[in-house]
Order: sequence, then structure tokens, then C-alpha cells
Amino acid sequence: MKLKLMLLATVAGVAFAAPAVTEELPPCDNCSDSMTIVSWGGAYSKSQLKAYHEPYQALTGITIVNDESSNEAVAKLRAMNEANNITWDLVDVEGPDAVRLCDEGLAMPINADELLAPAPDGTPASEDFGDSLISDCFIPQIVFSTTFGYRTDVAAWNGKVPTSVCDVFDLENFPGKRALEKRPKKNIEWALLCDGVAKADLYDVMATDEGIDRALAKLDTIKSDVIWWSAGADTPQLLADGEIVMGSTYNGRLFSVIEEQHQPVAMLWDYQVFDFDGWIIPAGLPEDRLNRVKHYLRFATDTQRLADQAKYISYGPARASSAPLVGKHAELGIEMAPHMPTDPANMKNILVNNIDWWADYSDDVDAKFQAWLAK
Amino acid sequence: MSALPPYASTAQISWYYGFRVICALIFFFLIFPIIVIMPLSFNAEDFFTFTPKMLALDPAGYSLKHYQDFFTNPDWQQALWNSVRIAPVATLLATSFGTLAAIGLSQSHVPFKSAIMAILISPMIVPLIISAAGMYFFYSRIGLQGTYWGVVLAHAALGTPFVIITVTATLVGFDRSLTRAAASMGADPVRTFFKVQMPLILPGVISGALFAFITSFDEVVVVLFLGSASQKTLPWQMFTGLREQISPTILAVATILVVISVVLLTVLELLRRRSERLRGLAPS
Amino acid sequence: MSSTSTDHMDAPSDGIMRAADGTPLKKSLARALRREKLRSFLLILPLLAFIILSFLMPIADMLFRSVENGIVKETIPQTVALLKTWDPTTGEAPGEEVFAAFHEDFVKAYKDKSHTRLGLRLNYDEPGMSGLFRKTGRKVAKMEPPYKDAFIKVDKDWGKVETWAVIKRASPVLTDGYFLSALDAKRTSNGIEMLPEKERIYLFLFKRTMILSIVITVSCLLLGYPIAYLLANLPLRTSNMLMILVLLPFWTSLLVRTSAWKVLLQQQGVINDFLVWIGVIDDANRLIMINNQTGTIIAMTHILLPFMILPLFSVMKTISPSYVRAAKSLGANDWTAFWRVYFPQSVPGIGAGAILVFILSIGYYITPELVGGTSGIFISNRIAYHISTSLNWGLAAALGTILLALVMLLFYVYDKIVGIDNVKLG
Repeated sequence: MKLKLMLLATVAGVAFAAPAVTEELPPCDNCSDSMTIVSWGGAYSKSQLKAYHEPYQALTGITIVNDESSNEAVAKLRAMNEANNITWDLVDVEGPDAVRLCDEGLAMPINADELLAPAPDGTPASEDFGDSLISDCFIPQIVFSTTFGYRTDVAAWNGKVPTSVCDVFDLENFPGKRALEKRPKKNIEWALLCDGVAKADLYDVMATDEGIDRALAKLDTIKSDVIWWSAGADTPQLLADGEIVMGSTYNGRLFSVIEEQHQPVAMLWDYQVFDFDGWIIPAGLPEDRLNRVKHYLRFATDTQRLADQAKYISYGPARASSAPLVGKHAELGIEMAPHMPTDPANMKNILVNNIDWWADYSDDVDAKFQAWLAK
Repeated sequence: MSALPPYASTAQISWYYGFRVICALIFFFLIFPIIVIMPLSFNAEDFFTFTPKMLALDPAGYSLKHYQDFFTNPDWQQALWNSVRIAPVATLLATSFGTLAAIGLSQSHVPFKSAIMAILISPMIVPLIISAAGMYFFYSRIGLQGTYWGVVLAHAALGTPFVIITVTATLVGFDRSLTRAAASMGADPVRTFFKVQMPLILPGVISGALFAFITSFDEVVVVLFLGSASQKTLPWQMFTGLREQISPTILAVATILVVISVVLLTVLELLRRRSERLRGLAPS
Repeated sequence: MSSTSTDHMDAPSDGIMRAADGTPLKKSLARALRREKLRSFLLILPLLAFIILSFLMPIADMLFRSVENGIVKETIPQTVALLKTWDPTTGEAPGEEVFAAFHEDFVKAYKDKSHTRLGLRLNYDEPGMSGLFRKTGRKVAKMEPPYKDAFIKVDKDWGKVETWAVIKRASPVLTDGYFLSALDAKRTSNGIEMLPEKERIYLFLFKRTMILSIVITVSCLLLGYPIAYLLANLPLRTSNMLMILVLLPFWTSLLVRTSAWKVLLQQQGVINDFLVWIGVIDDANRLIMINNQTGTIIAMTHILLPFMILPLFSVMKTISPSYVRAAKSLGANDWTAFWRVYFPQSVPGIGAGAILVFILSIGYYITPELVGGTSGIFISNRIAYHISTSLNWGLAAALGTILLALVMLLFYVYDKIVGIDNVKLG
């Protein structure tokens, strides 16, 4: 599996950091002087702010408006497209959303080698990004994973600690509320894996109606103890407040709860699900804004900037050449490697999100899941 | 509910006090949630409950840091600025259109009066989610979605029914012979309006404007759908905050908003009294 | 108005009353009336136009979207035209001619990427269509005639009668499909059928919205009636003071009150902490009062209570105490006097308050979204979900239209009881 190799290559590089190379920024001709960038908010937006926006603004003096609407990006882009009034310049989305936006013609196809800077050693961008270029419109930034965090001070567990993702479904040994995402993706996979489906058969089983019913039946066993989240910041907050005992979220969010806020929370890496996250450019931007976006992107996705982002949040950079440049956390001074989803110790059991499967089936599964959820 | 008569039976006495206790509990239910957030907004910790230090009234348990966060955090400041930029313009639109229409409606011979009234009041009746959905679809078609003017127009539309209702209410007691007197003494209609009618209905206009203002200032559903990041208002920021990262700063903002409501409420009450005095009605 | 003056001494002898300028009085009056009508209409016109443009047209647009279905005909026009002559009851998939036209349409659609949107639209009628269109889109450019075989090679679903029957059924420019979905039904080759039990959701949600709204209305009435009674019967000075306690929540931001309830009701919140502290519950068994129906009911009762108290109060204020006094002097005890004399007179207030609270309640979105979890959400939350997440705007519009019809019906009743121009504020 090529992806896995690439991830491992990322890890291998995390250990030692190389000195930063500062690139002279070329001037931007016929460029707008402000841009609206859409992202996810919270710790993730902060990492982009520190690693990309602030340095770029310092170099160019333009205004960057931040919009935290990434979880509604597809809907809003469709509305803007219908009105022929695109107010966003650059949108941060998950891989599957990028595929969907590209399929629907709402995102602009790009040529990676033309648009993006090569690696410092001259490797073209398309090679440096490799498998993370999952769609013609997608400009990858990071590899992230969805995984579980749990509280380490739950008295009712009598000292036991969850070690497998199936402990989420075990109310007897691990009582308490848990948080799951209000979407079928990943929940269906985990439920089936814990219901005895082999990893190799997973997506074949899911392609049948019975498979989905089986997954929902498994989820039914814990439904009354689940709080459903829709924003990545929910689970960390609920964990910190003691409203839940365990919950799924993005690994970087858990990192900040554990290492920055020092809450009694630990990671459960078992069957973490890997995904890519990155930029898309909305289709139909006027020329001056498109020029600005291109100018920004060349800067913000170069080897150094992607490595810089990993100093603020524990997500793996999508460029192979960035990996050696990641070192310690910029503010906390701790080594980032053990917190990366790609660290070998965390990768004993992983699942790579099957983007093509979800692109084809998500509408049907989603309708079923939402109907199940409402009851 | 006059005082207890001296001959009241035990049952009557216990009911008399029992009823007052019940009412006190309901008042408590009404007011407690609003009161409780105020001390919590001064919490020195990032918690939503009373810490032992707070309960012991230890000054170290209290701090202004959440207020400081509100006044320094660019997200909150931007949201406040947007609210301040949207609400007054929406209020102005709603009040001027609404007042004119209310005066028109108060004339004695208006054709299709009740149909027109129904249309003008409809933004108040239609559930917000439906208004928001319709405006989202329609404003998308005409390119107003995600723009400042889109939000302002939507808020103005939502605010007008309140202006109509309050101004119509003041016009009910309005003595029509006053305008006639002005006209017979040679004042033109515009002059009559500003010199005679306006001062008398002003309290109604102002309270309608306050309602329109609070409608816009407090509105979240429509702006959530219609707005884009550059129109993110205070309620929107609170809504995302409540849904995602519920920080105690929300309680500080909430406290500030409660203080604003108290001020508005007082202004309204004063206006009501003034209006009654002006119209020569006995204070009831 | 001055032209209507009638104190003119030398009226002509034809018996017709005339105005000062000699025109017959009747005519003059009619003209004045017309002018007055025109003037009042001109005063109303700006707002009327504004409301129609900014509010009613959006609502009309939403109504239209719930039946609009131009996408199929626009995306695959030639196929739609040819399918008109194809009869699904023969049990045979369409012939090569249709497939060739479909190929041409599809290639064009693939170029502007509209094929995925069409797939998504057809997916509402038949699960699996979206996947089928995406999959086919990736291969369509390389297809060679005969196209029928080429399509079936990509996916055998293209050879099935049902696939084409779905497309044929979805071809008209207007559809009742969204309304059927909104009522948990769909159109199949055997006519309209209900969805399987476990996939039904909207009727269930409408029912839940109604039941929760009734519960909220009843709790508001139970809590509001004593307060309104107390306020209406206390001396003016005291009742004015206490009225502030009702008006303050009324004027406080909805989000402030919702956040207050979130703070109060959480498992680690103020109420649970208090109950643990006084020893009613132990720390491990904290009450779960949020992210479920309890949360929605408590918070919304609090938020809507002033809307019950205010109309009740204004009706009770008009009930003269002498009736109750008369009843008592005729021998009724306190309860009988209240129940047989006072209460019946307060019924209009109950009607007004209850309908108002109910109307506001069934359309609520923010509070259920924040404190309702999954079991305490309303149909509005579902509408919002379809607008911003699932992107099924037609279904959102259909659900919205049904909800709107419901509210209009209730409002009609309200108008009959209270009168539309008798709405009072504060």
C-alpha cells in the first residue's frame, strides 16, 4: 500500500529537524489585496494562522478574512454557485468533500506542478505530495486521523483502561456517555469491525443493505449513551467538562486537550482512521482574486510552511519533503513525533478511509443513518 | 387578590400563602437562569459552575478575564462590530417604512385593510426557519446571499411587524381633530405630520424601533443562513460558541446583553408612561 | 378635507346639496374619500412593496422549489424526449436509440459536471442512482457504440427496466416527489407506497414536534396562569414591580437564555452540583437533563413563558372582580367562584396565549439544536439539516411548506379568536 509507505516516510523524517530555508516571495501582479479563507476553526485554524496566514500577511500586507464554515462548505459553495456570487477565495475541506466538489464542478481543477512549489531539492510537487493528491481539484495539507480520547479518571471503570476501539461498544466494562460523530462515516466501519467483520471484507459488507443494518444494530447497543457531535471541538470540550468518558474526534484536537490544557485525557489509537485535508479553489473566481489565491498557495503549501504547521498541531504534513523539518512544538517545546498519527507506535491498527466508496455510497448511507438517528 | 379577610378559614389562609409560594417559585424559575450566569461570568477558572473559592466569596475566585477576552479577542470584537453595523440600519429601514404604513393603515377608509395587515405582519408569524430557508434560496438566486445588504434587508423585514403594531397602538388613541385643526390653520400635510402627529406618536415609534433593533440584534437563524463570515454577528458567534467550544466568555457576553436588555426595558417603560400622559389616558 | 364643508347658504333649488365650489356634495365627498384612500395607500405602498420583495417572494420561491424539477430535462433533454415513447410495462429496457441519445447527453453533462447533480437528484427517488452516475461518468468519454452494451458493461443496472423507469418518472418539470418524501412515501412502478418502517422519519418528526410543542404549551399554561392571575389581582404598584420579572426574560436574548440553561442543566452543571451537594443524588448518578427531550422542554418552556403570561394578563385585567364577589355573596365557595365564574372569563386569554406559544414552538430551531441532542430536535432542525448538510433543497422546501401550512392554519384560528390587529407587545 503506497499510502502507508508514504506515511511511514513521513514518520521517519519527523525525528530530526533541518534548518529552515526562507524563500524570496515573488511579487504578485494584478492581485486583489484581501482574501477570504474558509477553515475549521479552533486549534486547527490557529495552526494555519501561525504557519501560513501571519507570515504571508507580514510579507504582503494583505488582509485575510477567516471564515469557520468548512463543515458547511459544500452547501455554501453550491448556493454561491447558483447565485454566481463566489465570496470565498480558498476553502479547507476534507478529502471526500474535495472529491465531491470537484465532481460537481464547484471546485477548480489544478495542475499541481504548475501551481505548487517544488521541494527544496527540486522534486516536482506532484511527486512530493504523491498519493495525497486524491482529486484533480485537491491541494493537500495534512494527514489527520479520527481516533478516540478517554478520561483517565473514571471511577466506574475500576482501573481498567480501554485498549481497543471495541471498548467503545462495551458498556459493561466501560460505562458512561461517549461522543460519536453525527455522520455515518467511520462509525459504520468501527461498528462492523467490532461486530466481527474482517478488515479486508469491510467495504464489501458495507455495500449491502444488510451490512449497513448490521452496523446500525451494533450502534443501537450503545445509542442511549451516545452524545452526537458535529464539530471537531465538541469532544475535547465534553471530555474536559467530564460530560463524556470517551469520544471520537480528530487527533490534533485531543493533542491540545492533553498537552496544552493538561486534562486527564488519554488517546486510544486503535483503528484510527486516516484522512487527508487540504485546500480547494472555488470554481469561477475573478482573475485578480484567483491570482492572489495562487500566489498565497505557492507560499502556504511549500515544504517549510507545511512543516511549520505541524509545530502547532499534531497532524502530519502531506509533503514527503516536509517531514524532516518537523521538530518540537512551537510553544510547548515537546517532541511532536509521538503525537503524530503516523508514529509507528500509534499505527498498529489503522484504517484508511475509502474515499471512492464513500463518494458513491454516502448519500444512501447518510439518509439511512439520519433516519436511524432521529428515532 | 385583596388581602386576607379577618374571618378567613385555615384552608383559606394556607391556600393564600401556598399560592404565593407557588408564584414565588415560578418567578424564581423565570429569573434564576438569567441571574445565575452573572456571577459565573466572573469565574476565575474556565468552568461553568461555582468553584469552592467563589462560594467562599474569596476574591481570588473571581476575575474579569472573560470580559477582557471579550474586549480583546478579534473574533468577538468583529462580531460585535458587525452587529452594530447591521442592527441600526435594519432598524432605520424598518422604522421608517413601518411608521408610514401604520399611519396609512390607521386612516378610516383603507381598501383590503385586513389582507394588507396580514401581509405586513407575516414576517412575525412565519417560523424563522422557514423565513431563513426561503430567503436563503431566493437571495441566492439574486446574489444577495452572503452580503451585508442581504442581511440588513432580511432583518428589516423581520422588524417591521413590531413597528406596525406599536405605532398602530399609539394611533388608536390619537385625536384626529388635531391634524384637522392644523390643516385648517394652513399647515401642509408634511408640516402637520412633523409638527403635530409625530411628537404624539413618537413614543410608539421609538418603542417599535427598539423592538426592531432587538429583533435584528438578537437574530441568529436568518443570519446563520444568509450571512457569510464577514457578517458574523454577536448571536452567531454565541451560537457557534455554544455548539462548539463553550468558553466562559459567552457568559460574559451574556451578562453584557442582559444589562443592555435592562436598559432597553427601562427606556420602553418610560416611553409607555410618557405616551399615556401625552395622550391624556389615565395610567392604567 | 376642507372641501367637504357644507355650511353654504345659497343652495340651488334642485334639492341637491352642494359643496362650496358648486359640485354636488355626494360627488365631492366621494372624491375626498378617493383621495384619502389613495393617500393612505401611498403611505402603505413602500412597506408593502418592501415586504413583498424581501419576504414574500422568498417564501414563494421556497414553495416553488418544493415542486421544481427542471434538472432532469435540462441535463438529458434528448433522452427524456425519447423515453416518452418507451413503455416500462413491456418489461424491456429501452433500445439502442435511447442509449445513443443518453450517451450524447451524458458526455455533454460530464463536461460541465452536471451528471453528478442529476445522479444526486435521482438518488432521492431511488437509492444507488448517485453512485451509478458517478461511476458511469468516469468511463463515459471512452465508450464506443453499441452504447447499450457499453453502458451495461459499466454497470448492469443500466440494463434494468427499473433504472429507466425511475428516469422516466422523474422527467416532468414539476414533481410531487419531494412532498411524498416529506410524508415518508415514494412513487414506484406500483403507484405511491410508504417507505419501509425503519426508514420513515418525517411523519415521526412532525408528530414529535407536535407532541413536544403541546407539552411545552401546557407547561407554559400551568406556570403562566397563576402568575398572570397574581399580577392581574395585585395592587398596581406591586404588580408593576413583579411585571419586570416577566419582561426581563422576555427582553433577554434568546441565546443568553439558552446558554444559561446549558450551564444549569449539564451533568457537571449548577443544578446537578447543587443536588449532589445537598445529597439528593450521589456524584456517580448525576441527572441527565440536557441533550434530550427534557432539555428542550425545560428551556423552551422558560423561553416561551412570557408569551403565555402577557396575553393571559391582558385578558384577566379586564375581568371585573365584582363577578367573583357576587358569586361568593350568593354562596359559592372560593373554588366554585373561581372555576365557574372567573375561569370561563379567562378562557380567551388561554386561547390566545396557547396558540401563540404553540405557533412559536413548532417553528423553533435554535434551542432544540443546542440543548435537544437527537431525541429533542424538531422538524425545523431537519429542514436546516437538508439545507446545509444533505443539500436536498427540494425536500427542505417541501418540509418547510408543510410546516408553513400548519402555522397558517393555526394563525387563522388565532385571528378568529384574538384578531390580527389586536396583537399587543409588552
